[in-house]
Amino acid sequence: MGAKTSSAPASRGEHAPEPSGAQTLAQKILSRASGLSHVVPGQIVDGQVDLAMCHEQGAQAVLPFHQMEAKKVWDVDRVVVAIDHWVPASTEGAAQLHQILRHFAQEQGLKHFYDVGNHGICHQILAEDGWVVPGDLAVGTDSHTNMLGAMGAFAVGIGPTEYAAVLALGKIWLKVPTTIQIDVKGTLGKGVYAKDLVLRTIKEVRCDGARYKAVEFAGPTISRLTMSERFTVCNMTTEMGAKAGMVPPDERTFEFLRSIAKHPMHPLYPDKDATYERKVQLDVDGMEPQVACPASPDNVRPISELVREHVKVGQVFLGSCTNARMDDLREAARIFKGEKVAPHVRFIVSPASTSIYKQCLKEGLIELFTDGGAVFTNSSCSACFGGNMGILAPDEACASTSNRNFPGRMGAKEARIYLMSPAAVALTAIRGEISDPREVL
Amino acid sequence: MREVIEGRVWCVDDELDTDQLIAGKYLTIIDPAELRKHVLENVDPRFSKEAKAGDILVAGENMGCGSSREHAPAALKAIPLGAVVANSFARIFFRNSINLGMPAIEAAGVRAIFRPGDTCRILMREGRVVNVTTGKEVSFPPLPAHLLDLLEQGGLVEKVRKELKRTEARP
Ligand code: SF4
Repeated sequence: MGAKTSSAPASRGEHAPEPSGAQTLAQKILSRASGLSHVVPGQIVDGQVDLAMCHEQGAQAVLPFHQMEAKKVWDVDRVVVAIDHWVPASTEGAAQLHQILRHFAQEQGLKHFYDVGNHGICHQILAEDGWVVPGDLAVGTDSHTNMLGAMGAFAVGIGPTEYAAVLALGKIWLKVPTTIQIDVKGTLGKGVYAKDLVLRTIKEVRCDGARYKAVEFAGPTISRLTMSERFTVCNMTTEMGAKAGMVPPDERTFEFLRSIAKHPMHPLYPDKDATYERKVQLDVDGMEPQVACPASPDNVRPISELVREHVKVGQVFLGSCTNARMDDLREAARIFKGEKVAPHVRFIVSPASTSIYKQCLKEGLIELFTDGGAVFTNSSCSACFGGNMGILAPDEACASTSNRNFPGRMGAKEARIYLMSPAAVALTAIRGEISDPREVL
Repeated sequence: MREVIEGRVWCVDDELDTDQLIAGKYLTIIDPAELRKHVLENVDPRFSKEAKAGDILVAGENMGCGSSREHAPAALKAIPLGAVVANSFARIFFRNSINLGMPAIEAAGVRAIFRPGDTCRILMREGRVVNVTTGKEVSFPPLPAHLLDLLEQGGLVEKVRKELKRTEARP
C-alpha cells in the first residue's frame, strides 16, 4: 500500500508583492541575505554568503579565481574545504586536485581544510561541525548542498566558476524561487524510514517537479524527524530538481547546534499566510518501504513488488551523504548482526565522516560488519559516484542507500541501481536479492 | 555575445543528466580540451569527434540534470558550441553554462522541431529559435538583462574581474 497524496492547485503571486508581504522561508532568508525587507519570486538578488564550501571541484575554481585577479578570499572564516570524492587520492588526477587545493589553502590562509585523516563527506562535515546555522545562505560546489537546508538554511549547489566569484566577492546572484510545500503527516511504521518518505515524495514531485524552486517541509511527521533524518530528506530534494530544500528550524535544530554552531544562529520562519506555488500533502500511515528503480530516482515502487520479482544484486552499498550517519549504520547493523553476506555479493559500508568511523569502531560496528563478510571502508563518497571504488560491471545490479541511479552513475552505463533505506540494503546483502526489512524487524 | 547565433544541429533527448554528459571517471580532468574528448561518449560517440565550433546542441526536458559538475558545460564550451538550446534546463547546468559565457536558451517545444544536421538560428533579443532547414520556429522569453550582460562580458570571470577593478579604483 502506498501513501495517500493530494495536490492543491497553485496560487501564484510571482510578480507583484503580496499585499500582506507574507514570505516563505526561502524568501525570508534571501531577503536577509540581500539586505532587503521583502523579496518576491522571480526577483534577482545579490545575496551575501554566510558559508562557502567546496570539495575537489573547488580545484577548478582556483584558475578562474586568479583570472578574476582576485587577491584575497573575502572571509577565511566562512570558507570550508572538505575533500571527499577520492580520499585518499586513488588516481593521479585526484592527487593533483588535492594538491591544487592544498596550495590554494596555504596561499589564502584557509584554515578550515578537512584533509586526509580528518576527512568526511563535505555535507556531513558542514552538518556535524556546525558550519551552517538557521537563517544562513550557504553555497557549495556540490549539488547535494541542499542537505544543509535541514538546518533551516538556504543551502544551494553551485559550479566552480561561480564558487570562485563567491570567494572573491562574498556574494552571489540568485533568482528568488517559488516554493513547494511538502506537508507530511502520519507515523512511519516499523522498517520504514525517512529515506522511504523522501523517495515517496520524489515519486510525487518527479525529478524535475521542483526545478528552480525551493522545497519547504512541514507537518507533524517532519517535526518528529531527528536531525539526521532531516538531512536525509533535504539531501534528496536535489533529486526533485530543487534549488534548495528546507525544514524550518525548531528546538531540535537549536539543540543539535547549541554546542557546535560556528556562527551565531539567526533563525527565520515562513509566514503562516505565505504563498506556495504548490502544496503536496503526504500521509505516511501504512506506507511500505520504497525503492527507486533504474534508472531514475523518481522511478519509485513499493518494495513488496520487487520482493515478488526476486531482484538479485551483485553489490550492496551502505554509504553516501544521504544515509551513512550513526543512526543509519546502527539500524543496518541491527539487521546484519550475526549474519553473513550472501554468496557472490559484495557489501560495501562507508561511513559519512571520520568521526562516524571512530564511533563505529567504539561501538563494535566495524567488527560486526567485517565479521559478516562486508568491507568497511574509510569515510568518503566511496561507491556513490562511479569514479573511485566499488564500480559496477555492465550486467550487475546494486542496492544502494545513496541518492542517484542514473545510467553510469556507479560505473557501467548498463548497470542497474536500486535506491533504498539502510535497513533494506542490510537485509538485501544477507539474502542477495532485494528484501523487505519489515520481515525481520 | 552575438545577437544572432546560427549553427548545425546535434540532438539529445529528455533528462540528459551530467553523468551521461561526462562520466564520473573523468572528473579529475581539469583541462577542457581533454574533457571534450569524452563528452557524451556513452550517448553519441560521434559527437566528440565530429562536433565543430559553432554547432548547436538541441536538448529535451531537464537538460543537464544531476550533479553540479561544471565539467559538462565546460566540455561543450571547449568545442566551442555556439549555444545549447533545450525545452528546459536543470538549474545548475543552466547557471554553469551562462557563467562560462556559453548561451543556454530555454525554449519550450524546441526539441520537436529539430533533427540532427538541421541548421538552427537563434535570435537572442527577439526570443526566436528558427529551424532554417524546415522553416519551423518556436519563441522563448529572452534572457533577463543581467544574464545578457553576463554573456556579453564573456562570462563570470570577466565580469568579476571588472567589478574587482572598480572597487579597487574607488578611493
Ligand atoms: S556521497 Fe555521493 S551524492 Fe554525496 S557528495 Fe559524495 S558523490 Fe555526491
